[in-house]
Amino acid sequence: MKRLRVDAKHIPLLATAGVMVLMYVSGCIAFHDKNFSSLRVIVDLFGGNAFLGVAAVGATFVILSGGIDLSVGSVIAFTTIAVAAMVSKGLHPLPAMGLALLAGTAFGAGMGVLVAAFRIPPFLVTLTGMFFARGMGFVVHGLSIAIEHPFYQAVMRHGAIVVTRHAKTGAPAVQIPSWTICFLLVALAGAWAARYTRFGRNVYAIGSSEHSARLMGVPVTWTKVGVYALAGFCSALAGCVATLYMQSGNAASFVGSELDVIASVVIGGTLLTGGVGYVGGTVMGVLILSLITTLITNANISSWLTSVAVGILLLVFIVLQRVLARGQSAAA
Amino acid sequence: MTADAGAGIPIPHGAFVIGLWVALGAGLVACAIRRSRVSWALAALALLLLFNLFFTKDFFVIDLKPDADLRHWHYFGTLVDILNHGSKVMLLALGMTLVIATGGVDLSVGAVMALSATLTAQAVVAWGWPFWAGALMALAVALLAGAWNGLLVAGLGVQPIVATLILMVSGRGIAQLVSAGQIITFSDPSYTFLGNGHLFRLPFTLTLVVAMLVLTSLLTRATAVGLFVEAVGDNPTSSRYSGVSPRLVKFLVYSFTGLCAGLAGLIAASNVKSADANHCGLFLELDAILAVVIGGTALSGGRFSLIGSMVGALFIQTLTTTMYARNVSSDVAPVPKALAIIAVCLLQSEVLRQKVARALGRAPR
Repeated sequence: MKRLRVDAKHIPLLATAGVMVLMYVSGCIAFHDKNFSSLRVIVDLFGGNAFLGVAAVGATFVILSGGIDLSVGSVIAFTTIAVAAMVSKGLHPLPAMGLALLAGTAFGAGMGVLVAAFRIPPFLVTLTGMFFARGMGFVVHGLSIAIEHPFYQAVMRHGAIVVTRHAKTGAPAVQIPSWTICFLLVALAGAWAARYTRFGRNVYAIGSSEHSARLMGVPVTWTKVGVYALAGFCSALAGCVATLYMQSGNAASFVGSELDVIASVVIGGTLLTGGVGYVGGTVMGVLILSLITTLITNANISSWLTSVAVGILLLVFIVLQRVLARGQSAAA
Repeated sequence: MTADAGAGIPIPHGAFVIGLWVALGAGLVACAIRRSRVSWALAALALLLLFNLFFTKDFFVIDLKPDADLRHWHYFGTLVDILNHGSKVMLLALGMTLVIATGGVDLSVGAVMALSATLTAQAVVAWGWPFWAGALMALAVALLAGAWNGLLVAGLGVQPIVATLILMVSGRGIAQLVSAGQIITFSDPSYTFLGNGHLFRLPFTLTLVVAMLVLTSLLTRATAVGLFVEAVGDNPTSSRYSGVSPRLVKFLVYSFTGLCAGLAGLIAASNVKSADANHCGLFLELDAILAVVIGGTALSGGRFSLIGSMVGALFIQTLTTTMYARNVSSDVAPVPKALAIIAVCLLQSEVLRQKVARALGRAPR
């Protein structure tokens, strides 16, 4: 008889999926009077933290490589204000976003050089990067700038995929907004890059054992620079996505987003020691974060509980990872 | 070199200032002779002070002025402000130095600050406790928070960044639960004295910092504890074989950092006479880590310098004050700070040193 065997490295991922399903089902049971099980709620779960998801895909690669990126929130904020400032100066949003993406990628690559070539600890480099990007955002503009451009209105009007329509009026009832589409595309691209490209395999190799990877001939330095550049790109893209639904830019926004990003990656089953994890898990982690927020809003309890709940989930998953790691080393 | 330059130009009056320069110069010379890593931090601080001597008006002027009730006379001036405002980072850096020396790091100190500040304010304002009871309770909770970090790191073997990240995420949430999301303002005289009062004509916080510094130095350097900490940071396995328990040492060090953060939180709240769970100690974990790094404690662990960290903290505070004096907005201030930190890290980077040495045609030491 063929037994169903579960690989140890899949256990965190299965735990994530279990937690997600459990939370969703309990939400459906507890709030059945509020239409919790409707299609709209599911679509909103993806849309609510779309920017977080985009940034988290980049952060997954960083954590897979054994590093960490604390600059995410600041880079997002910088991108929103930079795009808003350029658009308000008369530039079309598309080249403005292109420039912002370029800046984010270059910034990430710079941090990658400091980490990979100069061997400065990643958390220190990205911590100062967080300072730097936050300050640079204020250099661009100190206050919030509203974005008013036909392009943005067009994206708002035509950028969404309509899923269902009202039976009588024919007006869209449930639609997938442009930022959710962007999140899903980035997640797909990330999952593909992690699994099917040489870059992805190199990242896993470095995260498992940097020393062995080097001995095997993996270009460790360049791969690491690439990883941080990718994370910078994803953060900047998250900023562009955020401008879509904020319709404004603000250098003071997204304080602490890096923690949500790291939390969703870890809750998504990626080991913080590197080498083990999936982009798909990160997507589930983002959904779990959205679920927590939705549940707490529906239950009408203090929103401060959100961060406590995220902390507790983080703890559970980290302890789970430790227990698994010990079990593996004991078995080996 | 800086000491010479300092002697050559008219120094603003005040025995205090001259004393400071003499101490600084002497320290610099001593460290240069010993080739200690502290010399880098001292040199950076001296350069910054020198810059201010030339470019910031009245930077070194210290006045003896009466306070509001005209009965007590205190020293006032930018330097005194730096010492006063730097006290929080100095306290945090004390604990952080030991944590980093064991090869770890504590990201949760800012959140613990918010927790202890909010708890004390809530106890004093809402529950009507006397200040000492509220403060003791908050410090005990801060100690527990540190012990929790220690438990995760030492007991479960979780990476320090990750273990302390949990409390960094949820600590402020817990603080907001305590305060129901409100900013608690207070007027309790003891609580306000902590961050605004004076002792020996200088801010009271200074006495507190010096007391904690002396205590920590005695604890670590007059006993073998400091050696244990360095041994654990250097090589946990070999220290275990020589009879030092890395787990116990790490647990104690994280607990101590929690306590330091709690104390810093009380001062931070006292400074502004209100406890704001959202902003109390925000990003201060950064300043604390940077103070330790600038002070010459290696992030890889294995050796530490408490004095270096104090100099590092003063450097950061002086940098901040200098920027404010030059009308740099507090929002933009992180940019030069970040550049300075990266510069210091690059200076300390072994890779860069070897590359420079190779470029100069010398073999690396």
